Amino acid sequence: MKPKVAFFDFASCEGCQLQVVNLEEAILDVLALVDIVSFREAMKEHSDDYDIAIIEGSIARPIDIDRIKKIREQASILITIGACAHLGGVQRLGNQWDAEANKVEVYERHPGSEITKGDSNPYFAQIKHRAVSEIVKVDAAIPGCPIDSNEFGKVLVALLTGKKLPIPDYPVCVECKKNENICVFETGGFCMGPVARAGCGAPCPTHGGECEACRGYVDHPHTQAHGEVLKKYGLSPDDIMTKRTMYNYRDFEDKGGD
Amino acid sequence: MGEININVEHLTRVEGHGNIVLNAKDGTVEFVQWQVSEAPRFFESFVRGRPYNELSHITSRICGICSIGHSLASLKATEAAMGIQITEQTQILRRLAIHAENLQSHVLHVGYLVAPDLLGAPSVVPLASSHTDAVLKIVGLHRLANEFSNLVCGRTVHPVSLIVGGFSHIPSEKQLKEIRQKWVDAIPDVVAVAEIVLSLAHKLPNFTRETEFIALTADDEYAIYDGDIGSTDGGRWPVAEYLDITNEFVVPHSTAKYTKHKRESYMVGALARFNLNYDKMGPLAKEWAGKFGLQPVNHNPFMNNVAQLVEIVHSIEDTLAQIDKLLEMGVNVNERPKYEVKAGRGVGAVDVPRGILFHDYTYDDKGVCVKANCIIPTNQNHNNINLDFQAIAPTLLNLPEKEIELTLEMLVRAYDPCISCSTHYLDVQWKR
Repeated sequence: MKPKVAFFDFASCEGCQLQVVNLEEAILDVLALVDIVSFREAMKEHSDDYDIAIIEGSIARPIDIDRIKKIREQASILITIGACAHLGGVQRLGNQWDAEANKVEVYERHPGSEITKGDSNPYFAQIKHRAVSEIVKVDAAIPGCPIDSNEFGKVLVALLTGKKLPIPDYPVCVECKKNENICVFETGGFCMGPVARAGCGAPCPTHGGECEACRGYVDHPHTQAHGEVLKKYGLSPDDIMTKRTMYNYRDFEDKGGD
Repeated sequence: MGEININVEHLTRVEGHGNIVLNAKDGTVEFVQWQVSEAPRFFESFVRGRPYNELSHITSRICGICSIGHSLASLKATEAAMGIQITEQTQILRRLAIHAENLQSHVLHVGYLVAPDLLGAPSVVPLASSHTDAVLKIVGLHRLANEFSNLVCGRTVHPVSLIVGGFSHIPSEKQLKEIRQKWVDAIPDVVAVAEIVLSLAHKLPNFTRETEFIALTADDEYAIYDGDIGSTDGGRWPVAEYLDITNEFVVPHSTAKYTKHKRESYMVGALARFNLNYDKMGPLAKEWAGKFGLQPVNHNPFMNNVAQLVEIVHSIEDTLAQIDKLLEMGVNVNERPKYEVKAGRGVGAVDVPRGILFHDYTYDDKGVCVKANCIIPTNQNHNNINLDFQAIAPTLLNLPEKEIELTLEMLVRAYDPCISCSTHYLDVQWKR
């Protein structure tokens, strides 16, 4: 019997589930391997009987903690897709403020905003954004913002066949060089490539952009060497902090409770 | 007739989390509501302190499906704040970027999310075996639209090449010619899919509730990238005056920030654009609108699905014309923006698949964002959906519960809501 797969989403843009849909014809190959029993973005069918749970999004509310724990109990394999589930997403930058301060900034200018205050409403009782692995055990994290569709397929096949996960532990620079790009630092830019985890194929530097480390860091990043490279190119500590926090604010935030 | 209690938690085949609640007793609707339970992420708060050239990359993450639209609204706001001018080449390429997103988003919605309702299937998955040829055509069009997005934007979900003042990577003339030819070759498939939808269009409920439609509008083109704010009730305003149109407010019985203009609610999206700008559509798009009997001003929200299909045809027609214009001008792949960073406030608006989208930023003299406001199409539609619910629910009560539920679901899906675009959703539990 084919394993049953269910997709779930938390605080996210749902772009990673869209990247699964963007497998186009290759989705039929995925369907040959597994039965998708729940995929709210694309299907009306739903079942709570599943073996593999695929999670998109960060965890930000007590009701979401309960939900992810229930999913973990049911699933024998739990996979996360994307930077929100993996690292907490760009929304983790909001952890600089407490939830009430965020609500004031977003709602207070509008009539009727008084009902948004406090946490008497469970849907609106906010904690800070967390990665899924900070709440429950994660068996495989497919990184990226968004995920790479092909990597999703490869990881799924590796998990089903008991093979090693095909997620590289070398920096984006390797793939960037392979694309024969001029180094971003040489063009006056700022790049997280030397410490960021590869596997995306370096689309950002290849299209004239800079790596923002949306896939997190390699297991043992040479951050000191990266710092020296940044100094060599005259980049300020402020630049460094800004770029490093976009997807990896968790490394800097005060972990002293919610 | 007894009691009817419908509670659809986490409506499917839409982007984001929403619930439908209907309670009726003895032929009277006691309560009907469209609720939103998406977890808020507070983009407007956490972009404060971020540098101007990061803003479009961060705010594109508001929504995976309209990430190109969010990027462009963001860039336009930044450019307006700093007085940055863009070249004609950038203007045309950005228009192609919106067409690319419109194409992939509309094909996804009409082909993958709406067609199952019309064919009585729970999702597109069983259709892959029952209607293989049609599904493969739809998948092929979706793949081509994504290929087009990748070419213009560097990536289809969360674009890379769109930057302040222009592009960091520009497609070559050869690539543009190739993609142009692929769209020409795809037209028979578009027509084949449109024929199928036409044969099923009678299954769309014939429901009309008069409302106001708001979209970008321009004198010389079917506005998507540039223009003023227009209304089917009359009137035209510069985008900088958007706050007078949107009037966001929070209501205790609702789940989202609502908007309203002069009436109780208004609608944005493909049908709004069609209703306002029909006369600027391409000839083939007009021909298909005629086959569906779609004429401006149409007040049936279910016809938004048809307006999307008509826009698919229009987007292909205009894509071919815009690529021709670029090729005639000659493409400068090395063009890179030049500008000065300045303090200021700016508003950017684009009309994206689900409707008119506003970003509004204030920067300090170092180009650091100090204030942000984003008003999302789906947010503007919620009030209208809720009022549609109130109008349609009493007419459905003689139907079996499953059919009532399906009709309400189809109504929400017709708006193609994108609930993750939840810069500011809140959810209030209903207590009766």
